[in-house]
Amino acid sequence: MKMDLIQPFINAADAVLAETLQCNTHIGDMTMEEETYRRKGVAAVITVNGDIEGRVIFDIDPATAIRIASTLAGQTVAQSDQIVSETICELANLVIGNAVTSLNDQGFRFHIHPPAVHRDELGLKNTEDTEALVMYFETPAGNVFMNIAMRYNRRRRGEELVATV
Amino acid sequence: MEQFAALVRTKDRQPVRYLVVDDSVFARKNLTKMIDSFGGYVAGEAGDGCTAITEYDRTRPDIVLMDITMPQMEGIEAAERIVRSHPDARIVMVSSVGYQENIVAALQKGARHFVQKPVKPEVLYEVIKYVLGDEGMAVSSASAAAGDSGQ
Repeated sequence: MKMDLIQPFINAADAVLAETLQCNTHIGDMTMEEETYRRKGVAAVITVNGDIEGRVIFDIDPATAIRIASTLAGQTVAQSDQIVSETICELANLVIGNAVTSLNDQGFRFHIHPPAVHRDELGLKNTEDTEALVMYFETPAGNVFMNIAMRYNRRRRGEELVATV
Repeated sequence: MEQFAALVRTKDRQPVRYLVVDDSVFARKNLTKMIDSFGGYVAGEAGDGCTAITEYDRTRPDIVLMDITMPQMEGIEAAERIVRSHPDARIVMVSSVGYQENIVAALQKGARHFVQKPVKPEVLYEVIKYVLGDEGMAVSSASAAAGDSGQ
């Protein structure tokens, strides 16, 4: 994965978390993973199709998810409340939307799908040639993990054409 | 949340009526809170484009706040269909996807304005005032209360 493909997602996540939680955020460690994705807590997945293809997962441990949902709802919510997973989905939607806006301005064309709650403990195995970047953002409410697996479809099409000539 | 001078309809000084369309319950609640702070009234809600069309026919709102990325039918298509049946519909697209092509497509299909998420209440307030034009007016809370009691 190229960093220029990932950077808009990092910038968008940083800006959206700071704006919605009204706080300073700090970007934590980044690691590349090729293992099967393992869910940490409340997870929302958004898929992208087009010149760039892949998915982004926002994954937040249950206690942090409750704190974030409570902050944004302006009242204490319970873990069982649907609003917790709804909040994480909407956060994911905001980040992806802002990142996509930036990438579109760079000439990439693609479609994003509505966020979905990911409930399986294990799954969403990365494709053979798409490793995932995992990183987290430190916020006063706790850490927000972002798992990005994207590939440059347009470049790949070009490579395939060269390979067939 | 900050309180704004209430936006009312010029013709009868009643609160502006809104239809809120977003597949996220969280986003709808968030917009509803903002509408409350604008002195407005949520006449209906919808979680997808198809429901938005039927809710528009049922509620005939003054303003529609419409998300773009939604299941079943996306917001731009729903806006187009609503405007086709109701050319005077005032639809404001509210989406995190704010690239130029999307904005142009929405405006070409009949939307009146576009607000990018995360929504800042002061931005949405100004956009709604602009879209309402002469059909809406901002009044102080004291004036609004006097207007209400006069109905």
